Amino acid sequence: MKHAWWKLLGILLLLYSIIMGILGPVPALPIVHETIRNVYFHVPMWFAMFTLYSISVIYSIKYLSTSNPQDDLVAVESVNVGIVFCIFGLLSGMLWANFTWGDPWPNDPKLNGSAIATLMYLAYLVLRNALEEEQKRAKISAVYNVFAFPIMIVLMYILPKTTDSLHPGAGGNSGFGQFDLDGSMKAVLYPASLGWILIGIWLMTLRYRIRRLEYKHYAAVE
Amino acid sequence: MLLVINGLICSFAQSNTGVEMATGLRSSGKIYVVVAVLVVLFLGLAVYLFTIDRKLSRLEKQQKH
Repeated sequence: MKHAWWKLLGILLLLYSIIMGILGPVPALPIVHETIRNVYFHVPMWFAMFTLYSISVIYSIKYLSTSNPQDDLVAVESVNVGIVFCIFGLLSGMLWANFTWGDPWPNDPKLNGSAIATLMYLAYLVLRNALEEEQKRAKISAVYNVFAFPIMIVLMYILPKTTDSLHPGAGGNSGFGQFDLDGSMKAVLYPASLGWILIGIWLMTLRYRIRRLEYKHYAAVE
Repeated sequence: MLLVINGLICSFAQSNTGVEMATGLRSSGKIYVVVAVLVVLFLGLAVYLFTIDRKLSRLEKQQKH
């Protein structure tokens, strides 16, 4: 518990985002009305997912240069937790879209892009389970991960910006920052994002530590 | 032309002032109850996470011996 300060920080930031996210001032906009507050909870899911996938690809590259099995474990657990945040992001987005865009899954490039990216990362987990031999599995999945990461960025963050999208900041839609004259929404969104990123990393380290215990246990048994 | 511009301005003005926000729930003060419930739930989850973390640390210490 010596190095727990960042875990506590994550919890405090999220507490702040829950309280200020509901009680704080928001711009009055047509159609979205109070649901604009979903920005504080839906968007950080994607920030957390992106951070975890980034950690994963860093550790995959690290594995390829060191061949340390623990790096491979960090990479796979980052993807595991990242996918959970991705699913939360998709579900919260569908719920929100149903009430503001009138359809849980409008044919929006950002939605379709993130769906394909999710399938790509699920394929990463399937690929791992299909390979028996430990070193081969770690190496092949690390290479796969290095390719999947840039494709995920293109699908989710670059392509939607080049075409028409219902999401802000694309196809002539303005980002929410334009309505947000005093920065009051940023004062909640950024702490909330950092909080969820920290909680995501915390969950990843918990899963990684369990995995490492298992790994050492089986190594000792054999 | 002027009529069109006037119409545009009117529609803009309407969409900007006629937005209904949930002022009722806020003015009655009951929204704080929701916030309190969320805080309690979230704090409970946070404590739970910390206990899992502690338990893991204990197991790791055991394994070292």
